[in-house]
This record gives sequence, structure tokens and C-alpha cells, in this order.
Amino acid sequence: MVGNAVFRVEGLRKSFGRNEVLGGVSLDLHAGEVTVLMGANGAGKSTLVKIISGVYERGGGTMTLASQDFAPAKPAEAIRAGVVTVHQNINDGVVADLDVATNLTLDRLSGKGAPTLFNPARVRREAKAVADRMGLTIDLKARVSDLSLADRQMVAIARALAHQPKVLILDEPTSSLSSAEADRLFALIDRLRDQSVAILYISHRMSDIRRLADRIVSMRDGVISGVFDAKPLDYEGAVNAMLGRKIHLDQIVARDSVKAVLTVEGLRIAQGAKPISLTLGDGEVVAITGLVGVGKTALAETLFGVRKPLAGTMTMNGKPYMPRSAGDAIAAGVFLVAKDRATSGIVGDFNIERNVSLPFLKRMSNLSVLKRRLERATARRQIEELSIVCRSEKDEMSALSGGNQQKVMVARWMAQDATLFILDEPFQGVDISARRDIAAKLRASANGRATLLFVTELDEALETADRILVMSEHTIVGEHRNADVDLDRLLAEVAGGPLHSAA
Amino acid sequence: MEWSEHGFELGKVGSGAGVRGMTLRDHAIRYGFIVLLFGLVAYFAIAADGFVSPQSAVFIFQSVAITGVLALGVTATLVVGGFDLSIGSVATSAMMAASYVMVVLEQNAVVAVVACLLIGAIVGLINGWLIVYMRVPDLLATLGMMFLLVGLQRIPTEGRSIATGMTMPDGSVANGKFSDAFLALGRHRFDFFIPNLIPVSVVVLLVLAVVIWFFLEYTRFGRMMYAVGSNERAAELAGAPVKAYKIWAYVISGVFASIGGILLAARLGRGDIASGNNLLLDAVAAALIGYAVLGAAKPNAFGTAIGALFVGILLQGLTMMNAPYYTQDFVKGVVLVVALVFTFALSGRGRG
Repeated sequence: MVGNAVFRVEGLRKSFGRNEVLGGVSLDLHAGEVTVLMGANGAGKSTLVKIISGVYERGGGTMTLASQDFAPAKPAEAIRAGVVTVHQNINDGVVADLDVATNLTLDRLSGKGAPTLFNPARVRREAKAVADRMGLTIDLKARVSDLSLADRQMVAIARALAHQPKVLILDEPTSSLSSAEADRLFALIDRLRDQSVAILYISHRMSDIRRLADRIVSMRDGVISGVFDAKPLDYEGAVNAMLGRKIHLDQIVARDSVKAVLTVEGLRIAQGAKPISLTLGDGEVVAITGLVGVGKTALAETLFGVRKPLAGTMTMNGKPYMPRSAGDAIAAGVFLVAKDRATSGIVGDFNIERNVSLPFLKRMSNLSVLKRRLERATARRQIEELSIVCRSEKDEMSALSGGNQQKVMVARWMAQDATLFILDEPFQGVDISARRDIAAKLRASANGRATLLFVTELDEALETADRILVMSEHTIVGEHRNADVDLDRLLAEVAGGPLHSAA
Repeated sequence: MEWSEHGFELGKVGSGAGVRGMTLRDHAIRYGFIVLLFGLVAYFAIAADGFVSPQSAVFIFQSVAITGVLALGVTATLVVGGFDLSIGSVATSAMMAASYVMVVLEQNAVVAVVACLLIGAIVGLINGWLIVYMRVPDLLATLGMMFLLVGLQRIPTEGRSIATGMTMPDGSVANGKFSDAFLALGRHRFDFFIPNLIPVSVVVLLVLAVVIWFFLEYTRFGRMMYAVGSNERAAELAGAPVKAYKIWAYVISGVFASIGGILLAARLGRGDIASGNNLLLDAVAAALIGYAVLGAAKPNAFGTAIGALFVGILLQGLTMMNAPYYTQDFVKGVVLVVALVFTFALSGRGRG
């Protein structure tokens, strides 16, 4: 774009311990322009935002705001300088128990020069000025806890805008909004764009991005992997820069399955989503890919019985399969390695052995008394099988590296034979060698069950699966046999563009 | 003890995590409290005449029996990551109920015991329901239940204690009495090398301690309860009915507290409205002291039993050395605070 950047970041670096999260990020933001930042989990987006908003200290590089050096030591300084961030979690931006007016003027209640006495009339007057400037039509006397999510979001943004920022950063603002609510947010963003605010908009939602973006910046592995500002915007290119192949690994030999294990018909997992139909076969490894928030985890949880589908039927090995709990699914031989092992997998107080045995305690006990010898033998066998690096099966989980922790999670569910083995983002926070070990183990043991992976990164799908399905907007939009994948078509499907040919 | 095995075995030595040897600090965390316990016994043995005798030992056990039973029950709720503040009032309610059943309703010991156990189970169910389905935070739900029970147990007798010959609100005289079988629960002593040595309450404590210890450590239900307490979502995704486990924990707690109440009634021989004031705090203290035993840093039945015993020994020793009674609560508080520092600061494994 023409004109000077209002805000400029150059060569920004940040490491946590030995782990480099940002490896020299450069980024320009221009007044009256919406720049969309895309990146998979762990690409470094949130670290970048936290440095800009003064939460983290930068490791290296420079930031300038209107040609002046910008180095906020804490969030309040960034805000005072005119760089305002609305974080993903809406409730971080508002105080639920106070009314709208007080929320809008909250930042004037503390700091130097703030009056000691609380003057409700003045607060309401100032709040009204803020609300009017933004075209906000919410009742100023309403308590924030009584508002809808979208209204709270508006209040959080209005509160941020009370500082009359030059730069506004929105971190996945629509992740918990309905589409009508999102439309109101977009109208507001349009208004701010007209007021010459430079906006950095972080999102995975292609529909948001298509609606708002003037420019797209893709981020990957701590660096900017692509900048797209030529009209019309190259959405597939942006997705490719964020997710596409970076290294060409040996192609796997795709196998075809003859015997169906699970058949899903007309499954609807979200309001307004098209139904999903798919078949998973014995011995094949199927990967479902798609951006964050397109319903991959929802589908995994539906298959595992912890989420109810809106409609549809599932058949496993010829019999109806309709699990109502994780227990039902496990009894039917459907196992899930859940996403985000720290919150939904690892039992922190348990050592490796007890983490491995957790789902199968019933099968490992006699009259409900645990067979400890069997438990230990199982753990030892699984440590061996997945080459988990540890001293013994008595090690605490916290002593293991991320990759080995993930191996324990996979080992847990491979201790017994599955009919359908589901893994949701099994390679997140896992180093490359552990990732290869796990993928190889999955392929080697695939016979006798169906294996279903949910992955955001295309590489992970391409190096593990026999078949790749693409998800977008809570349904399946494409299917590829992993032999000679048409990468352009696949990326177009991921980006949800008009190019797509539905499967 | 299972947890004493941690860190001893040097199996496969891997890269990455690094080898964690047993440092002096680890030893201090693991055995510090046990050493302290033995040190205490040794000190009192020298300083207080007659401290080392079977009678003295039995007296210590007897003094902590009721507290200990309650503490074992509350341990179950701590294991699932909850808390039960209503145990003290469940115990006193059970005591009043037992007295009412026998003295006013003129029923026998079996009916009284069954009534008490039912009260404990029902209160536990309600606590669990409030916490699991009504989403009331555990501390608040059981605090509310505590107040409710303290009030409820006074209503049938208009706030009076229950004893044979008391006048009822309607002017009649209650003529029932504590049955001998029931009183035996508080007064009978079993022979153990020495005739008439061990009271029933101590036997109950020991049996329940072994039962709950076995349940928590060696059955799949106990294991799942620990999993629920450590990571509820992981337990749920491993197929555990998390809500049921939580409710069961409160039922266990309620039933154990009502057993404590039965023992209390049998010991007193009347429904004393003013007794049982210290039960809650003493029981909770014992369970929390238990965190520090053997460096477990988590609720555990063995630790709870040792915690109760520790307090008992300390108080018995101090009493025999003529420390005034009013220093007792202070001493208990000091022990609790020290134990909590052991657990949370030194071992660095505090539960969020």
C-alpha cells in the first residue's frame, strides 16, 4: 500500500528458554487498513501480539509507532501510546459485575490524576460520549453479565477505543460469536477503518477474512511466510503459506481398504452445517484436515460419544453405533487421543504406568481389585512399543518431554485393540522425531482397525494418511487419495473458496 | 506403601529428563514427618512418666478414634478434589438421631444404627447433588449443609439434649433408654494380651482405615477417584462417570461421619446438644496433615490415619506433662501449618 506505515515491527525475536518462538518478524500496519494475520497454532501469533501489547518483553528487533520508538514495558503503556489490544477471551476485557457505563470508563478510574471519589453522573456522561463515537446502542445502565456475548465484545472493543487508538489489535474476535453477531462486529470494524485506525485482525475463519481483509500476512514457525496485498487477494496462497508443504518427505504408499468399519450418514454437528457422510475402512489411516474452528474437534467428540449430533446415523461393523458417553464409545472399541494433552489427557498426579492404564482399569482388575502386576507389565510393554524415553514406568509425567508425553497418551490407547482409533491433533507440541515415531507406529499397526486423524497442518496429513478429507464450515468438502494429491484443489477446499468442488 | 517406591528404581536411564537422585531434601520431604513422629514419641517417653504403656497407647487411639473416622471420610472427598465441611454436623446429627430413636421412639440398637447410617448417606447424596448438578462450589454447599444440620438436629426436641426421662415439647416424658447393645459400642473393650484393653471405637477406626486405604489404593474405583481429582476432563475422556464418582465420595464422607456420630452417642450415652464442636476442625486437620506423610502431597488414607495419631500423641504427651488444656488448639494449629508447609512449599507439588 502507499503511504507510510503507522506501526512497524522489524526483526522481532523472542525465545522462551532454548525454544525460539519468533525468529525475526517484520510487519507493517497502515492507517485505515485491515491487515489479517493468519497462522496455525504455535506459529507465534499470540507471542507477537503479547509483545506488541506490552505483556512480554521482546528478545530483539525494533518497533516503531508513527516513526517513534515504541517499547511498552507493560500493557498500560502500550494503551497510553495508542496501541490497543482486544484479547480473544471476551471476559478478560470487561468486568461482568459492573454496568456498561463503568466498564467503558474503567481505565479512567485508576492511574495518576484519577479522582478519588466515584462520580456516577460524570462516568455516565463520559461513557455516553464513548458510546456515541462508536455508534454503540447498548443500554449504559445494563450490567455486563446480563449482555449477550456479542454485546460484551462490543463493550470490550468500545472500552479499548475510548483511548482513541492509532492501532487496534483484535485477537480472534469472532471465535465465540454467531454469524449475525459477527456482522455487527464487521460493521464496527468498517467504521473504524474509515476513521483511519490501523487494524491487525487475527483469525482462522476464512469467511471473516474474505469479508474484512485489505491485506493478509501469513505466519509460520515464528516467521512471516507470506504477505498478500495484491487485489484480488490470493486466499489460497495465504493458506498455503501458513500450512502448505515445506519439506518434501518420502511419499507414503497409500493403501485402499475393502472392508468398511465405520459408516457415517447424514451427520450434522452444528446448526446450519451441511450433513457429513463418510466411510472408514479396516487398515486405512484417514486424515481430516481443515483450519482451526471448522469443527474437527466437534466431529471427533461426536464419534467418541461426548457430544450429541443434531442428526444422522452411524454404523459400526454393520451394527448401529450411537454412543452416549465416552464409556459407551470405549466399550464399543472406539478410542480417542484427545486434543491438548495437558488439559484433556494427562493426569498430572499419576506416573506413566497409571496414565497408561487409566481407561482400561476394569479390564485390568479382578473383582475391582487392580492387578498391579498386569498394570506394570502393560506399561513396560507400551514404553517399549512406542520407544518412550524415560527411566522407568514410575516416572512422573512432568519429567518427560512434550513428545514423550504425547507418546504416553498414544500408548495409553494402543494398550488395547481398537475398532476405531481417533487422534485429534496428535502432533501438537511434539518434536519431529516423536512425530515420525508416532506416525510410523500408527501405520504399522493399522490393520484390524480404522484410524482417523484430525490435523490442521497439511504436512502431517500427507506424511501419515492413506486418504485425506478436508473440512470446512463443519462439514466435509473434499476427499483425496494420498497418492498424487492435487495440492491446489486441496488448498482451495481448505480456504473454502469458490474454486472448491464438493465431494 | 506404594508411593514409597517412587524414585528408587533406576530402570532405563534416558536422555532429556535427567536423573533425579534422592537428595537430602527429598529424604526430608518423604520421611520428615515420620521422623518427627518418632522423635515426639521418644521425647515424651523420656520426659513424661507412664507415656510408654499399653494403656497410654490405647488412650491415644481412643482419643482420636472419632476424629479419625471423620477424617478418613473427608479424605475421600479430598481425593476427588472436593471438600466436606458438613462432617462435624453430620456426626452430631447422627448422635442426636440415635438418641431420639432409642429414647423417644423406644427402638433398639439396630434401628438406631441404621437410622444414623441412612442420615449420613442421604446427606452425602444431597451434598453431591448440590455440588455436581446444582454447581454449588463444594465449600459453600457443605457449609450450607453444616448450618442446616446444626439447626435441624435441634428442632425435634426444641433445642434440648436427649436423655432418658426428659420432658418432650408436648409435655410427655420420654421413657426409652439407650440399649445395652448400643452402649457397648462405646464402652466394651476387647481383650488384647491384657484383658479389657481395646475399645470398640479403636477397632472401628482401624478397620475403617484399612478398608478405605485398600479402597483408594488397590481398587479401580479408588484409582479413578484420584484421576477425577487430578484431571476431571481426562478422567471423563477415559470413560469414567465423573459425576457418579464425585457423588459417591460425598456419600462415603457422610456415612463415615455418621459412624463417628454413632460412636460419639455410644460413648456419651445421651444426645448432648453441646458436644462435637471440635470434630470438624480436628478431622480436617488430620486429613490435611496426612498430605505431608511420606511426601505424598495428596490426600491419602494412610497419611490421614498418621495425621490423626500425630495430633493424639502430641496432645496426650503435653497433657501428661501438665500443659494446660487451653493450649491444645494452638498446638494443633501449629502442627497443621507446619505440615502444610511441608506439603506445598517443600515438595513443590501443590495441587492448584
